[in-house]
Amino acid sequence: MIANSLLSAPLKVVNMGLESFARDLAAAGVPVIDMDWQPPARGDAGRAALLARLDRLPRIEAANAAALERFLKADPVLVDVRPAGEVLPGLGDRMILHAGPPIEWAQMCGPLRGAIQGAIVLEGWAADLEAAEKLAASGAIRFEPNHHFGAVGPMTGMITRSMPVMVVENRAFGNRAHCTLNEGLGKVMRFGGNDAEVLTRLRWLASDLAPALGAALKLSGGLPLKGLVARGLAMGDEMHQRNVACSSLFVRTMAPWLARAVADPAKLSGVFEFIGANDQFFLNVAMAMGKSIADPARGLADSTIVTAMCRNGTDFGIRVAATGDRWFVAPVEQPTGLYFPGYTAADANPDIGDSTIVETVGLGGFAMAASPAVAGFVGAGTAADALDYTRAMYDITVGRNPDWTIPGLDFAGVPVCIDVRKVVETGIAPTINTGIAHRKPGIGQVGAGTVRAPLRCFEDALVAVAATMGLA
Amino acid sequence: MSVVANRIRKDFYLDSVALMRLSQAISAMPGVLSAALMIGTPSNVRIMDDAGLLDAAGRSAGPNDLILAVKAGDMASAEAAFAEADEMLARPAAAKRGGAERRPRTLDAALAGLGAANLALISVPGAFAAAEARKALARGLNAMIFSDNVSYEDERALKLEARERGLLVMGPDCGTALVGGTPLAFANQVPSGDIGIIAAAGTGLQEVACLIARGGGGVSHGIGTGGRDLSEKIGGLTALAALDALDADAATRHIVLVSKPPARSVAETVLARVARSPKSFTVCFLGADDAAMPPNARFAPTLAAAAADALGGRGADAGYDIAARATEAREQLAPARRWVRGVYSGGTLCAEAQLVMRRAGEPFWSNVPVAGALDARPASGHSFVDYGADEYTLGRPHPMIDPTVRDAAMAQALEDSGTAVVLIDIVIGNGAHADPAGAAARVVGGAGSSRPAVVACVVGTDLDPQHRAGQVRKLEQAGILVAPSNARAAELALAISRLR
Repeated sequence: MIANSLLSAPLKVVNMGLESFARDLAAAGVPVIDMDWQPPARGDAGRAALLARLDRLPRIEAANAAALERFLKADPVLVDVRPAGEVLPGLGDRMILHAGPPIEWAQMCGPLRGAIQGAIVLEGWAADLEAAEKLAASGAIRFEPNHHFGAVGPMTGMITRSMPVMVVENRAFGNRAHCTLNEGLGKVMRFGGNDAEVLTRLRWLASDLAPALGAALKLSGGLPLKGLVARGLAMGDEMHQRNVACSSLFVRTMAPWLARAVADPAKLSGVFEFIGANDQFFLNVAMAMGKSIADPARGLADSTIVTAMCRNGTDFGIRVAATGDRWFVAPVEQPTGLYFPGYTAADANPDIGDSTIVETVGLGGFAMAASPAVAGFVGAGTAADALDYTRAMYDITVGRNPDWTIPGLDFAGVPVCIDVRKVVETGIAPTINTGIAHRKPGIGQVGAGTVRAPLRCFEDALVAVAATMGLA
Repeated sequence: MSVVANRIRKDFYLDSVALMRLSQAISAMPGVLSAALMIGTPSNVRIMDDAGLLDAAGRSAGPNDLILAVKAGDMASAEAAFAEADEMLARPAAAKRGGAERRPRTLDAALAGLGAANLALISVPGAFAAAEARKALARGLNAMIFSDNVSYEDERALKLEARERGLLVMGPDCGTALVGGTPLAFANQVPSGDIGIIAAAGTGLQEVACLIARGGGGVSHGIGTGGRDLSEKIGGLTALAALDALDADAATRHIVLVSKPPARSVAETVLARVARSPKSFTVCFLGADDAAMPPNARFAPTLAAAAADALGGRGADAGYDIAARATEAREQLAPARRWVRGVYSGGTLCAEAQLVMRRAGEPFWSNVPVAGALDARPASGHSFVDYGADEYTLGRPHPMIDPTVRDAAMAQALEDSGTAVVLIDIVIGNGAHADPAGAAARVVGGAGSSRPAVVACVVGTDLDPQHRAGQVRKLEQAGILVAPSNARAAELALAISRLR
């Protein structure tokens, strides 16, 4: 006779529903967790039934365990900085890569159009911005998402062939991912800036900064990123809104190699001056790292893990492992947050950028608990709220990254591997920390805040994954 | 003159019991005639519309929206009510101290926090209960489903899956259970002992467990099967699993099985399983006058008899002198007072009282009839109403939580010149009202000196938060006769009504 686990072991209860039952049990000294129960799938019976079919399905559990393993085994190393045209195969003449899922000129928001005009002038495909706009609208320029070329870019995410990109190699799997160099604050192309000042800076990045960093990285043998990010988390960075610690660690680590690589002291000081004045320099490194970590899970059959999240200022798009390169898109939401003086929500552009790749690997909004300072900046409120942001993300992820821990959560690992099943079941959308761009091109950042990924992307993805398994 | 005003909160969810408590508080505000906070499901909208509480805004609410509806003397009172409601809805969030109190939203997250749990206690709305139970079983947890409105198909599928996995599903509609001395949901604090109970899991289980406790015994485990388990469609799957579990449980010496008379085929299966058990049994098929028992089992016709049998023959209610008490009570009553009016909150207790009448050959009517009850309610006669039945709890708390509905019925029965005895049950324990005896005593105290006799039983123990002895004292001080069991209470009521 097999003893029943209820009668033979001390009671340990999960309570869902009436709170008083949990209170009575706790008063009796019984270990009990009172769930914050809500109707699954926002009360949608059809989706709830689909979730029930996919719950604990061994094929999915095994595939997701494999995806988690790939995320956790990643060994991202920053190895080089090279012109995009040399390292992104297929990136040719009259091609512009942008942030987010695919989009045509007619649907693009102001900052994205502004950035494209600037990029066209930068590449010399048109003499001025006006001509550039006509060219862009004419159909003579091919627009493609960065993600289709192994790259990511913040905000508008412009990449053309002459722009330098950082190369991150995931040495555990041999794949590479790329991201442009961060331009700093103020008038910048990533926020749609396109005047002479913006283009001059971009030219300097290509002529001075990129060769210097590239040479230094080669001398150093590459900069391993996993440990650097771990230290950054302990120092209050979450790698989206706040990168001051990691940017500093980056300079500290690379300084000797830069000194060896750059002979001209004026050029060397220019490099230090630029990186030293830019608290967000490391964001772009973290983004390339994020993509290099997530890509090995792309195409993993039966896995419901999210491999990319991004926005183009019009749509939010996600990719899920089992459905490979397919995008699931929904209209992007407006961030909520704090505005710089003189600006209000009326000035804000809808959310934009590939930077959500950092949330995809457990940083940014997912690591908010590591960064109480950001919690205040984004209007999330108290440090306690910052902990709750991260705790909520544990509800929609399948694992924790033991290499990236959060002091304020007793060194619990960051939540990693977003499971679309859990997002749909709980209705908890991934929390994203984000900068807010002005809706008009060229003005730049007007605030910062948080935004939720639209649930529809995840709902559509769930059905699509189920379809690949013959279960939709 | 009055105004009706509605506010809608989109995509808001809060448990209906919590909303009812809020509704009650808002309704009590000055200038407010009535108020309700409900999620806008079609049935709730209908209830509120019927109550004259909805305006166009309320009627257009969706099933995931919260409707705040107020009927008030003037708009200012209505606005004050909304403001108070907003504050009360916000209070849990405001009371939050730091992030440590965030509660997990998924079972996986809960289990990550708790480690290996062995029970999911499920009291979510019925439409969602089966899915949650399935998730629990898939994760190796036993399930206690307090929720009702689960289909037969789901119940059977869950119980088959549980059998496959060696787990127990208690319920659906399992209101009470005792596991290793710990009361679950609506249950009483009972000392641990060597008697196991398997019951549908309502007041039947509570009464037997409390009578065992008051008779000096103790309970190893009390397993609730849900009211439909012994039906043909379910086939006694949980009862059989519970028998296996208690057979394997070293702490259990004797087992009491309590149920309505089961389907014949199911009774045969269950009794055949009983016959194979190495342990001794008391079987109470409440409503059957007798049934053929295997050698290791004895039949008991009432809950009280079952408890007494399990204790070796002498129950907590032994030696209670009904005749003397009846004679004394009758002397206070006018001869025209002839009928017993049972005003109950516990369904099984209500059924047990009817069986006392049936055995005595008295005609009676009930909204939850046992076999032999009258089909139609006579103009005068014995009646037994269970105010915990669905028709009385739709959109309202159960009378064990809030005795308002039951107390109103008591007051009415006390005013009827044909009533000889008002027969009530007072159920205490976890989950129950803080002072049901006090509420009943106030009703009786307001009835005047020429009122009918009032007879009560108190289901509970002195270990319960309400303290049974204290509750008994309050009833007796109000002139209510308190019998030691529900069966004795019904017998006393019957005896009083029969004396002239």
